[in-house]
Amino acid sequence: MTVPSDLTRRALFMKIGIALNGIVGVILAAPILRYVLSPVVRDRTKNYDSWVTLGGLEQFPSGETRLATYRNPVVTASDGQTADIPCWVRNIDGKSFQVFAINCAHLGCPVRWFPHSGLFMCPCHGGAYYQDGSRASGPPERGLFEYDHKIDGSQLFIKAGELPTPGQPTQASNLVREIHPCA
Amino acid sequence: MRLIASIGKWLDARLQLGSTIRETAGHEVPRETASWFYVFGSAAFVVFLLQIVTGILLALIYVPSAAEAWNSLQTLNHTVPLGWYIRALHGWGSNFMVAIVLIHMVQVFLFGAYKFPRELTWIVGVFLLLVTLGMAFTGQVLRFDQDAYWGLGIGASIASRVPVLGPSIVQLLLGGPIIGGATLSRFFALHVFVVPGLLIAFVAVHLLMVVKLGINEWPMPGRLVRKATYIKDYHELTKKDGLPFVPGAIWKDMFFAAFIMLALGACAYYFGPFGPSGPPDPTIIQTAPRPDFFFLWLYAVLSFLPPSMETPVLLIGPVLGILALLLLPFVFGEGEKSWRRRPIAVLTILLVAVSLTAFTQLGLHTPWSPLMDAWSRIPIPNDYLHNRTALERQGALVFQVKQCHNCHSLANEGGERGPALGAVALRLTQDQLIRQVIQGGGNMPSYGKNLSPAETTALVAFLETLHPAGQRPAQDASRSVGIEEHIPAAASDSR
Repeated sequence: MTVPSDLTRRALFMKIGIALNGIVGVILAAPILRYVLSPVVRDRTKNYDSWVTLGGLEQFPSGETRLATYRNPVVTASDGQTADIPCWVRNIDGKSFQVFAINCAHLGCPVRWFPHSGLFMCPCHGGAYYQDGSRASGPPERGLFEYDHKIDGSQLFIKAGELPTPGQPTQASNLVREIHPCA
Repeated sequence: MRLIASIGKWLDARLQLGSTIRETAGHEVPRETASWFYVFGSAAFVVFLLQIVTGILLALIYVPSAAEAWNSLQTLNHTVPLGWYIRALHGWGSNFMVAIVLIHMVQVFLFGAYKFPRELTWIVGVFLLLVTLGMAFTGQVLRFDQDAYWGLGIGASIASRVPVLGPSIVQLLLGGPIIGGATLSRFFALHVFVVPGLLIAFVAVHLLMVVKLGINEWPMPGRLVRKATYIKDYHELTKKDGLPFVPGAIWKDMFFAAFIMLALGACAYYFGPFGPSGPPDPTIIQTAPRPDFFFLWLYAVLSFLPPSMETPVLLIGPVLGILALLLLPFVFGEGEKSWRRRPIAVLTILLVAVSLTAFTQLGLHTPWSPLMDAWSRIPIPNDYLHNRTALERQGALVFQVKQCHNCHSLANEGGERGPALGAVALRLTQDQLIRQVIQGGGNMPSYGKNLSPAETTALVAFLETLHPAGQRPAQDASRSVGIEEHIPAAASDSR
């Protein structure tokens, strides 16, 4: 066996030392990375959404659109008021409902409902939506985000839990402007 | 005195720093660089030191919890003696720092300081700008109020548009599914540990290079930078016509830094701290979120981009802009330094300055946003109701009740989302008005479903009265010919 003449004992030990620290670095990096990515790398079979109640149906008169608030199903001790999420509930005809996210589909500002003109308007960049949530004018590329909903007993439930944003694939199905049949 | 000297000697015998400091302080710089144009970098550094000190002082009281942060800001503002002033110093310090960094950047750009051999100094400077803006944005989030809450929503909406990775980036940014406790905690970590750490590291490298490579000499028209000869020429210049940095040049830096600190302290005293605005309670939706001053231009750009352009511009624009800044010293690393011989450089600066100023002005004014309360707050001016028929006045009522005033102004009052309607009858005929109201079009929603035929008739009758006295409203010429024999007779019924 030939040993390269320039490889001294000390140089070899230094190389082993570097390698050792490299291995330790990788071993430590794995849990650190998993910790940092914890909001993203989750149990993929389950997303953040779950069914939450918006309260009794009597709060939402037929033909009107009302603001409702729910406590986010995923909540931490330090969330405070930020976990109280508002949404717009439209009772179309006493039987069918639409529940819209408060967030404008442009950049997430809170849209306001104007019953007289039948429009949702956004204070940030002037996006406007019709009463059924479809885009009326302004910078949004699509209609309002819509929650899946169901009626259980005399309560209205929606499937919520995550801030709706324009890039979410889970929200893509809501582009369809159909009323979901009530369970 | 003798005691202090002997302590100093004792320390230096162990630290061995004295000679390095003396050498650095006394290094020769070209005489013309002892100029009032060369004071911005050091001023930015001094403001940064103030930010560190006031930041630590604020952290003594501030609670980085979504449930408590807003209350702790109230405590700082109203309970802790001079807490408001420390907040004001930190907030104004942020604005001053961004402004001075930008001025410094313009100065070194116009003086050609990014050319050989200072390419890396410029590149680190670009990172320093980004990191400074990063501090400004994360700091705005720590002022955890309504603007911060919805500002995070805007950030999340932009980030979500990144192809494929968007939703994951949003979750990483927010630390969970919603804007909440985890979000504020991670922005606190960014603002207090990560970004300042980067800032300190970049400042150290930036300063080291300024000392090692020498400060950029005063650019003379016609004195070209050539890689082969520049370093020799620079050393000759400093040897022939140089002076020691301390005290030859530093006194101007000190004067300017003192002036800036005084101005900053005065602004903080007179104008006070920034916010906080309303509590970060998303159920309070009566709010019009707006970013801090240095991000207003972006806010304005976002409202003017056509919807289809927005995502590409948002995602590709910043990359191209930063890439252009980073490549600048490699593409234009040699040649003329003086701004007198670089018209395109001067025009670029002017173009950027005019654009940013115009967009910032628009961001302060937000003409694209409907005036949410115009319909109930701003009455129709009397002149528009005087001598009108009952139908026309009913139309004016429809105009208010249907919130037309939120987007359209009359006599310069009301929203500016849509065109002013003070003279709309000159532009549109009766038929065109009806069509526009019912079908919408351009940027206007259609109101067909929300107006009864009677309301539409009244509204259009009112709109037809909106023209200056003495000017005839628009008429459909063909209709006049069809209905009446003589055009003058048809026109005579106009008011």
